[in-house]
Amino acid sequence: MRKISLSKLPELFSAIAKTSALYLPVDTKAGAKFEAWAVGKTLSNALNTVRSAKDFFFPQTENLMDFKVEGKNIELIDTRKECEDFVLFGVRACDVKSFEVLDRVFLAEPQDTYYKNRREHALIISTACNKPQETCFCGTFGIDAAEPSGDIVTYRTDDELFFDAKTEKGKKLLDALSSITEEADEKAVDQQKALIRERLQKLPLKDLKTEGFGSGKTAEFFDDPQWKELSSACLGCGTCTFVCPTCQCYDIKDFDTGHGIKRFRCWDSCMYSDFTKMSAGQPRLTQLERFRQRFMHKLVYYPTNNDGLFSCVGCGRCLAKCPINMNIVKVMKALGGREDA
Amino acid sequence: MQEVTRDALLNKALELLKNGTVDRVLGYRVGEFSYDVTPAVFENEDALKKDFCWNSFCGANFSKYLISETAKTEKKLLVFLKPCDSYSFNQLLTEHRFDREKVYAVGVPCGGMLSGKDLREKVESVSDVSVNGDKVTVKTLFDGDLEFDFETLLSDRCKNCKSKKHVAYDELLGEDGEVLDSHRFDEVERLEQMTPDERFAFWQGELSRCIRCNACRDVCPACTCEKCVFDNPNSGVQNKAAADSFEEKMFHIIRAFHVAGRCTDCGECSRVCPQHIPLHLLNRKFIKDINSFYGDYQAGAEVGSRAPIVNYTTDDPEPSEAVERGHGNA
Repeated sequence: MRKISLSKLPELFSAIAKTSALYLPVDTKAGAKFEAWAVGKTLSNALNTVRSAKDFFFPQTENLMDFKVEGKNIELIDTRKECEDFVLFGVRACDVKSFEVLDRVFLAEPQDTYYKNRREHALIISTACNKPQETCFCGTFGIDAAEPSGDIVTYRTDDELFFDAKTEKGKKLLDALSSITEEADEKAVDQQKALIRERLQKLPLKDLKTEGFGSGKTAEFFDDPQWKELSSACLGCGTCTFVCPTCQCYDIKDFDTGHGIKRFRCWDSCMYSDFTKMSAGQPRLTQLERFRQRFMHKLVYYPTNNDGLFSCVGCGRCLAKCPINMNIVKVMKALGGREDA
Repeated sequence: MQEVTRDALLNKALELLKNGTVDRVLGYRVGEFSYDVTPAVFENEDALKKDFCWNSFCGANFSKYLISETAKTEKKLLVFLKPCDSYSFNQLLTEHRFDREKVYAVGVPCGGMLSGKDLREKVESVSDVSVNGDKVTVKTLFDGDLEFDFETLLSDRCKNCKSKKHVAYDELLGEDGEVLDSHRFDEVERLEQMTPDERFAFWQGELSRCIRCNACRDVCPACTCEKCVFDNPNSGVQNKAAADSFEEKMFHIIRAFHVAGRCTDCGECSRVCPQHIPLHLLNRKFIKDINSFYGDYQAGAEVGSRAPIVNYTTDDPEPSEAVERGHGNA
C-alpha cells in the first residue's frame, strides 16, 4: 500500500502522464467528464461522470475500414492502428464492473479486435466511493463501492490518496511512482472502507434485489401486462442507452464520401424505431416492445447467455437522466413486486 | 413556489371522473424520490388515490401526450395544463394534431418549477425535497438538511417564464396570471453581439457535446412527424453517428428551422438534454427574428393563427435586405 498527499495530486498526474496518456474526470459546464489530463486540470469531486467510462473501449463512433473504388477495383484499406497505452484514473466500482459486462460481448469469439486493442492498452485506476448518491444501487448487483476492482484501487481520505495495486500492470506503475509516493499501512484505508460501508447502508435503494430475474426467465416476464403502463410515458429517446455503461448495441454503415467509402460503427439504441431493422422491417413495432427489450436484455437475456451475470451495474445514470424518470429500478420493483411472483 | 396543492388537483380529477366529464386522467405518478415523477394516465379512482402526484417537479409539458392518448379511443381525457403547456396545446390544435373534443383541460397556475436534474447538480445525495412557500428544504443522506430560496433552485427555463396566463382551458383552478416581460431574448442578444467567429466557437462548444440521443426532438411538442427524416434510413441523413461536429450542427439547425414559427418556447428541449446544451436559444433566435421582421408573434397564443413565415403578405420584408449579414441580427 502506498499513499500521497492530496496536495501533491498535480505531481502524481504529471508523473503518470509521463509514462502514458492519462484520462481523469474533470468538471465541465455539463457535469463531470473524462478528459485527457494537462497541466492545470484538476480532478472532479463529482461521484460519477455524465457519460460512462465505456467510451474509452467502445467509442460512440469509430471508423472500421475504408474502401477505395477505382473502376471495377475495390481496395480495402485497413484503418486500424495499434492503440497507445493509457491510464484511466478515477473509475468507480460500477464502471469497472461494466468492463466485465462489455468484455463478455466484445471479447467472446469472434473477438472484436477494435475493442480488444483498446482494452489491452488500458490501465484502470479505480476509486472507492466516499459519498454514494441516492440513485446508486451497485450493491444490488453484488458490487462493493468500498472495494472496486481495477489494476490499482485508490482510497481518498480528507488529506491523502492511498493506492492498492491489484495486478502486475498496476504494481509496475505504482513502482514507477515510488519516488513521489510513500509507504502506508492499511489502517486509514480500513477506516475509509468502514465509513463507505456505513454510508452504503443508508442508501434508499439498498434493498433492491435481483431475485426473480435472471437466466431463463423470458417466459415469466415477456407478456407481463405491466410493460404497457411502465412504457407508456417513454419518449423513445436514447438517453438511457447512451449514458449506460453496459449498453453495447451498435450499428454498422457505409458512408459514401464521394471518392470512397468509410465503413463506420456507431452506438445504436433499442429505443429507436429503426433498431435492428431487417429486410422484413423492424421486429419491434411499438415503443412497448422496444422498452421491454432494454430491460429484458439487462435482467434476463444477458444473464441467460452469461452465466447469470446481469448487465446492469447500478450506476444510477439512467435514473438521473431519463426525461420522464422511468428506469430500471422502477421496472424491477414493478415486475419483481408482483403478488404471484 | 407551488400555487396549487396535490389535493386540489386530485379532488378535481376525482370529481370529473365521478360526474362523467372525463374517463381518464393524465397526471404524474409518484417516483422513488420526490423529484422523479413520471407522466401517467390514470384509468380510475383507486389508481389516482394511490399514485397521483403533484409537486414542484411536475414540469414536463403534457401537451404532446395528447396526440397518442386521444388517438384510437373515444374516451375523454383530463389534462392539467400549466400556462406554458397551454401554448403548446393551442399550437397542436392549430396543426390538427389531436381531437379537442376528447380532452377536458384544467388550467393550473404555476409559480415556476424545479428540476431534479438541476437540483442534483447543486446538492449531493438528495433524499427528499419539500417546498414551503418560497423556501425549499432539501434533505440529504450525508449532509443533513439544507435550506434554499425557491428562486435559487428555479429550473433554468422558468427563469425566463413568458407567461403566467393560460391561453387554453375548459376550467381554471385558482387565479389566472398575466403575460410577463420575460427578458427571454437577453441571452440571444448577447450571442448576436458576438463576432461570427466567437458565435461559431460558442455553438461548436455546445453542440459538440451532443450524443444524438434525440431526447430534444422526442419531447418537443412541435416535432410531431409520424416519421422523422432523421429516423428514415432512406433519407440519407439518418446517420446516428456523431461522426464529426458538423453532423450535430446539421441536426440541431435543421430541427430549429423545422419548428420555426411553430415553437412556443416551452423549453422542453433544454430541460431534457442530458448534456446541458442550451437548445432553446436556437429557437429563440428564430422567434426574435420573426418578431423583428413581421411584428410580434407568439405561437400557440391562439388556435388557428398563421405563423408569419407561412403567411405571405405584400408587406413582408425581404430578410436578406432587412438585415446586414455578420452584423448584429444576422
